[in-house]
Amino acid sequence: MKYLEAIGKYFIMVWEVFKKPTKWRIMKTLILKEVDELVFGAMGIIIFISFFIGGVVTIQTALNLTNPLLPKSLIGFAARQSVILEFAPTFTSIIMAGKVGSYITSSIGTMRVTEQIDALEVMGINSLNYLVFPKIVAIMLYPFAVAISMFVGILGGWVAAVFGGFAPSGDFIQGLQMDFNSYHVTYALIKSVVFAFVIATVPSFHGYYMRGGALEVGKASTTSFVWTSVVIIIVNYILTQLLLG
Amino acid sequence: MIEVDNIHKSFGDNHVLKGISTTFEKGKTNLVIGQSGSGKTVFLKCLLGLFEPDEGNICYNGQVYSELSIKEKRNLRQEMGMVFQGSALFDSMTVEGNVMFPLDMFTKQSQSEKQDRVDFVLKRVNLVDAHKRFPAEISGGMQKRVAIARAIVMNPKYLFCDEPNSGLDPKTAILIDNLIHEITQEYDITTIINTHDMNSVMEIGEKIIFLKNGLKEWEGTNKEIFKTDNQAVTDFVYSSELFKKVRQMYIEERN
Repeated sequence: MKYLEAIGKYFIMVWEVFKKPTKWRIMKTLILKEVDELVFGAMGIIIFISFFIGGVVTIQTALNLTNPLLPKSLIGFAARQSVILEFAPTFTSIIMAGKVGSYITSSIGTMRVTEQIDALEVMGINSLNYLVFPKIVAIMLYPFAVAISMFVGILGGWVAAVFGGFAPSGDFIQGLQMDFNSYHVTYALIKSVVFAFVIATVPSFHGYYMRGGALEVGKASTTSFVWTSVVIIIVNYILTQLLLG
Repeated sequence: MIEVDNIHKSFGDNHVLKGISTTFEKGKTNLVIGQSGSGKTVFLKCLLGLFEPDEGNICYNGQVYSELSIKEKRNLRQEMGMVFQGSALFDSMTVEGNVMFPLDMFTKQSQSEKQDRVDFVLKRVNLVDAHKRFPAEISGGMQKRVAIARAIVMNPKYLFCDEPNSGLDPKTAILIDNLIHEITQEYDITTIINTHDMNSVMEIGEKIIFLKNGLKEWEGTNKEIFKTDNQAVTDFVYSSELFKKVRQMYIEERN
């Protein structure tokens, strides 16, 4: 019952976010600030993780392709498919849920604890629109981050394959081009848009409706990470079934 | 002027406000006092429109809040200024940014007009050299002054203060009290202050309401509170030895 109530409250919150918009002149500044915080600020960790995940996927694939009849190009093929379909959109989103999600929950939660949200409400400002809407808009740039993650992940795979001696560069690149289906990239980007919405709104929900003091802000950040990850994994399953099934 | 007519507010089974009626006059510093849990904060939040009373009405200069449209309520909110207990300044903005915020949100003034207004109100609260500092870089007393400046920057008709001098040393607390009192008279604002501070009661309490268990137990002025025989009020106001002695002296002087 408690969970149903929370789900209902979440959807009401999302509805409220789009009501009574803040002046565009102010909103524009807020969006640019959030783009810097939420997207550019996370690029470093996204690139770092993608590079090494691509490398690890390649090494593991190579180590499992022991049959000499299987062409080495399959290593590139498997790396590409893994990175594009799952690692870049989903794995990166889980990382983002930790990095960006915790930031969102703790910043909004702190504003709640210190009555800054009440101050906005008293002034007649729709605090949900003021605080959450710019985050949603900013994080819609997240698919670009995922596209970069795909590129860097495959680059990491190529480096691991070539410099680790698992496959020659030509074979790896041939594998990357083998049976390429551009719809898989579209599927991954659609997923990343939905995940981006989840990453912006679920942590905002946990921050906005938190009660208590500084300790509860910490707890809310942890809870928000857990629930954002759970929602991403469930949505991932549903979208995969809908778009690829 | 704010007229409160028999307001009730419950949270589940907890009946917090049990029918409060009173009037807060324009140009006066009105104080709401009472023990923790007496319903002061809920009462203030009802006056601010943050909580909707379950029963009863609140009238702002004759306008019944519950009968106003959403747009009218929004406009009315812009006539209210609030000083929160913890100041509630926006951490990410400078002092100047905090004070300019309501002007940015609700006016079409040019940057120079807004700057002039911000300079004026900051000067009015005796803060002239903190424009570019962040809330974390200034003292609690200065934060309270910034909160007051932000609350009055839009020329409000109503000023609400939730324990404005909590956490401040006695000297700064008196300065803040006097500042609020002066601003109230200067701009002819209806000011309502929630407080525990007995110095405030004695210094600036032009009208005092004492709440107990969600009911208005007593109301009067800071002069009348010396004379009252209401046991609940005397137990609360004269709980410290110092105030007991002050009252005793007053009674002896009167006799």
